[in-house]
Amino acid sequence: MSAGEPLVKVEDVSKKFCRDLKHSLWYGVHDLTRALVGHDRNRGELRKDEFWAIREVSFELRRGECLGLIGPNGAGKSTLLKMLNGILTPDKGKITMRGRVGALIELGAGFNPILSGRENIYVNGSILGLSKREIDRKFDAIVDFAEIEEFLNTPVQSYSSGMKVRLGFAIAAQLEPDVLLLDEILAVGDAGFRAKCYDAIYSILRNATVIFVSHNMGSINRMCNAVLLLEKGNARFFTNPAEGITTYFDVADRSRATGGMRYSDGQALIENLQIKGRTGMEDIYCGKPFEVSFELWLSPKIRSATVTLTILSRDQVPLAFTRSEKGRIMNTGRRETVRFLSSQLTLSPERYSLSITVFNDDKMEQLLWYFNVASFLVKGELYSGAPVTLLGEWKL
Amino acid sequence: MHSNLPVAVYTPDSRQPMFTQVLKEIWRDLKASRELAWRLMVRDIRAHYRQSLLGIGWSFIPPLVTALIFIVLHSRKIIALNETSLPYPVFAIVGTVLWHIFVYSLTVPLKVVGESKPLLCKINFPKEALILSSFGQALFNLGIKVVILVLTVILFKIPLTWGMLLSLVAMVLLILLGIAVGLLFTPLGILYTDIAQGFTILTTLWFFITPVVYPPPVEFPLSLVVMLNPVTPILVGARELATGGVVHNPILFCVMSIVILLFLFMAWIVFRVSMPIVVERLSA
Repeated sequence: MSAGEPLVKVEDVSKKFCRDLKHSLWYGVHDLTRALVGHDRNRGELRKDEFWAIREVSFELRRGECLGLIGPNGAGKSTLLKMLNGILTPDKGKITMRGRVGALIELGAGFNPILSGRENIYVNGSILGLSKREIDRKFDAIVDFAEIEEFLNTPVQSYSSGMKVRLGFAIAAQLEPDVLLLDEILAVGDAGFRAKCYDAIYSILRNATVIFVSHNMGSINRMCNAVLLLEKGNARFFTNPAEGITTYFDVADRSRATGGMRYSDGQALIENLQIKGRTGMEDIYCGKPFEVSFELWLSPKIRSATVTLTILSRDQVPLAFTRSEKGRIMNTGRRETVRFLSSQLTLSPERYSLSITVFNDDKMEQLLWYFNVASFLVKGELYSGAPVTLLGEWKL
Repeated sequence: MHSNLPVAVYTPDSRQPMFTQVLKEIWRDLKASRELAWRLMVRDIRAHYRQSLLGIGWSFIPPLVTALIFIVLHSRKIIALNETSLPYPVFAIVGTVLWHIFVYSLTVPLKVVGESKPLLCKINFPKEALILSSFGQALFNLGIKVVILVLTVILFKIPLTWGMLLSLVAMVLLILLGIAVGLLFTPLGILYTDIAQGFTILTTLWFFITPVVYPPPVEFPLSLVVMLNPVTPILVGARELATGGVVHNPILFCVMSIVILLFLFMAWIVFRVSMPIVVERLSA
């Protein structure tokens, strides 16, 4: 297979959008009349309430390549996908698509709730561009994949939402496209089905170009060999996905720093929280020492306390946990500095957040709960997608 | 192997291609969308009737009710009309049925395209399928209504002639005219709901300036209004064909047929040019 000619070629593409519905509709009428009398639409200029949703994006993709589109909500990811699919035309620039384009932007498009699963397979298949003969040929594969054999003649309105999604994906997976556009839809369905979806996509990927929009950095990292980071319409292209993902995390952190949630019943207080690497070094590295320290004050009524630390991923999944031994942290009546030291940090390079709780040892009551109170970045070798890095030696 | 792949290029260029190019593109898209159009039509018709108790009864009831009202008004001498060549009940029933065929085809494009809004902003498919599907649904509706016409002709013992079959051509023309007008307003109607509202008023008014339940007036100025109305010659012609097998004004009928075909072509191009712009506003 020649990898020479790009299947997707995007050259300096820009697209504007309108914030206000009333204006948007009116501009629509305006553009419409101009187009009908054969005038150009002044597409390069912004009108009131308009902004560039996509600005001068360029890239090329060849067969076998998978591009991850990442960026915060509203960065223009879906807009770009719609332009690639020909639903929206660019206001500037040029897009060239070669081969059959399959879009998994919306699953089960055109499903009619009254009609049976069988009837809807034909409707949805036709909408996606499959001929009747193709659908006939792939019908059993679709039903098999969707696992809806016994509900084939049931109206789709009585399907569970999971079943509808499965059926939608099963049909779309039969497309055999040269270019596949994927929009985040894999985040639905149960775990088992999701794994099946990934298998299907991998097998399409082997013989196609895939453009994949997702907020799940794990799957971006697994599937893509390049990343396009969109931020407020501006794009940055990374040939190394891990680098793109790390940059995205920095962008996301700048735009949305959470202050966390702090609860205390007044019997315990924490101040001067610090998360550090090796002594004298602020930066934290994977595989190197790691330290959390803070000043703790306890009310005189309390004799001793237990402190727990939980490290959470960006998706708020608890990844690591530690707890002080009972009776270890005694109340001296003064503010004391509490330290947690780990000689080798096993967390992979990524950004994490920290939660702290303090318990009264005597009654096991919670005195303090600081949730997501601080975030820290672990540096090191590039992003792997796995939260834990195994520390050890390779031998031959 | 790449050179065999279809290529799609998207640019902001909104200049209109040459006339022959447009024809070629329409033809290409029509061919490409036949299957999808069929699927959409079958889907809409099935879904519609599966959820209805009276089912196709709804195609009979409205025109018959309208006709009945006018038959009663006429027989009680509440409204005074010029003498009709046919028995008035036949005249009124055939007229209202034909009128409803027209109104159905007038509203069907906006309905079909409007219901496809979510599809339009998510999936790229030939929009011709929506027009073809509208036409198919209008033909299906026609098929049901022809049954009333046949029953009326038999019930009132109108002599049967071969020329009556020609009325089907006139009815298809009526549908094409309706679709053309509907298509012309569809892009705006997708943007603003006002159009759909306006259609209701428009069809009511239009009903009264069309000789549906009364014979074409001869006095000025009403005669001029009715004559300028493009539905008049086709509807009157269709009624004459359906009940007698001949058209009394064949030249006007033929001229109007050509005008309708040209008008449909124009509306089609307007639709093609407008839809991408409208879709942009849907997803905004």
